Amino acid sequence: MYQEVILDHYKHPHGRGLRDGQAEVHHVNPTCGDEITLRVRMDGSVIGDVSYEGQGCSISQASASVLNDLLVGKDLAEAQKIQETFLELMQSKGRIEPDDAMEEVLEDAVAFAGVSKYPARVKCALLSWMAWKDATAQALSEPSGSADASGGKTA
Amino acid sequence: MTSTSSAGRVPAGLLDTEAIRKDFPVLDRLVHDGKKLVYLDNAATSQKPRQVLDTLNEYYERHNANVHRGVHVLAEEATALYEGARDKVAAFINAPSRDEVIFTKNASESLNLVANMLGWADEPYRVDSDTEIVITEMEHHSNIVPWQLLSQRTGAKLKWFGLTDDGRLDLSDIEQIITEKTKIVSFVLVSNILGTVNPVEAIVRRAQDVGALVLIDASQAAPHMVLDVQALGADFVAFTGHKMLGPTGIGVLWGRQELLEDLPPFLGGGEMIETVSMHSSTYAPAPHKFEAGTPPIAQAVGLGAAVDYLSAIGMDRIAAHEHALTEYAVGRLLEVPSLRIIGPTTAEDRGAAISFTLGDIHPHDVGQVLDEQGIAVRVGHHCARPVCLRYGIPATTRASFYLYSTPAEVDALVEGLEQVRNFFG
Repeated sequence: MYQEVILDHYKHPHGRGLRDGQAEVHHVNPTCGDEITLRVRMDGSVIGDVSYEGQGCSISQASASVLNDLLVGKDLAEAQKIQETFLELMQSKGRIEPDDAMEEVLEDAVAFAGVSKYPARVKCALLSWMAWKDATAQALSEPSGSADASGGKTA
Repeated sequence: MTSTSSAGRVPAGLLDTEAIRKDFPVLDRLVHDGKKLVYLDNAATSQKPRQVLDTLNEYYERHNANVHRGVHVLAEEATALYEGARDKVAAFINAPSRDEVIFTKNASESLNLVANMLGWADEPYRVDSDTEIVITEMEHHSNIVPWQLLSQRTGAKLKWFGLTDDGRLDLSDIEQIITEKTKIVSFVLVSNILGTVNPVEAIVRRAQDVGALVLIDASQAAPHMVLDVQALGADFVAFTGHKMLGPTGIGVLWGRQELLEDLPPFLGGGEMIETVSMHSSTYAPAPHKFEAGTPPIAQAVGLGAAVDYLSAIGMDRIAAHEHALTEYAVGRLLEVPSLRIIGPTTAEDRGAAISFTLGDIHPHDVGQVLDEQGIAVRVGHHCARPVCLRYGIPATTRASFYLYSTPAEVDALVEGLEQVRNFFG
């Protein structure tokens, strides 16, 4: 399950650190203590930034890095489609072998296909994605321009 | 002694694990395409010997009935087997009376039962807003949350002993923590995460001086050492069956008889009553007062078989085996670069559960790579999150040993950790 791509993202995470955003969430995986604090900045209907800080296993941290790669700069509708495709893959219990169409959508995230065989680890892979979904919903319900309460410090 | 170790001197005092392992069918399993199972998750649950499995089967195949009800032959046999298990457990823990042994479904239920008895009790036991509850920072969540609930519901103040840097209880302020207001002191005998064996006598003495009751969580002690409730001097002792070779679904609460007579029942239902009218009921004497409903009958009988198995080997010999193995394991683990033991780093006053971190490699990753080699350990916060917070770590990897564990398995763990380091290094 530890594909080279996953280890690369784990050792060299992309977009890590907290930056400005309209909403911030903190999600935990109580079974293993993985934690992530994630902020979303929407520029109209485009995802301007997804910034995060966290601690946890290689799967949870690499997944957040892949998420940042995949979603930043995308239109919200497209990002939601990516999120749903990733969710489908992770809930497949190893039964989905990603095809070219899926790889087109998920790019590096197809490396997580093997993780779906391990029920205890699926939550690790999904942690940042669920946090993103939650933060995005909050960002969209905020009046536009409202600043994040914690001031958007940069880590 | 038949175990051999390639990497270090074989410690003295080990049991004949080759013979013992023949009783545990699952230990022969191969996992992940032919890798030999190395089961080092005994603090989570133990494996079961054939003697226990056969007893469970035989109970269901020949004697199954509800207890204390029918007059037919199966009902009488089932009752005799269930109550016989109570006798065996009472002897195993040196209880003065068999009526002091209450069967529950696990240690959590035993601990919750005491918290609820005290919440509903009359004076002098009643926990209310003028009183205090004392626990420790190294408790399993099952010995924290019931007291938080009781504290929230009654207004009683919850206090606790902190931990020293080397994983032991800090009793330096014992007189400020256990006071005249303390109604109950509840603490773990052997920590499931740190492995620490706690100094019972000092705590019990202080509690008795101020008239507080003492509850001991012996979940990690009963499987591994001689457990003598009279020697402990506590008022209640809780433990679970599945960590001591028994089935899941059976736990024990031992309590002093006069307390069990005085304290109110918690769960109401069949079996716990004397007479019932539509207006009120009177209750059966202990232990039945605290065993409402159909109990876990087969599971109790299975626990009785587990107690027989452990007693035939001897709890003192099992403790010696684990002590020798723990000493060996601590020594070998400390040789692993960047490995930090969370808890005592010697085998003194220490059980056979060893938690550690490995550099900044997350325990989930450590556990997964070990699993690929057939080595089963526990990773996470071990239901003792305050301990992880205390030592500033998100989680640990824990290897825990039992009577069938061998030095060769310790060596396999150490070699497995080398592979983890190569992989994530």
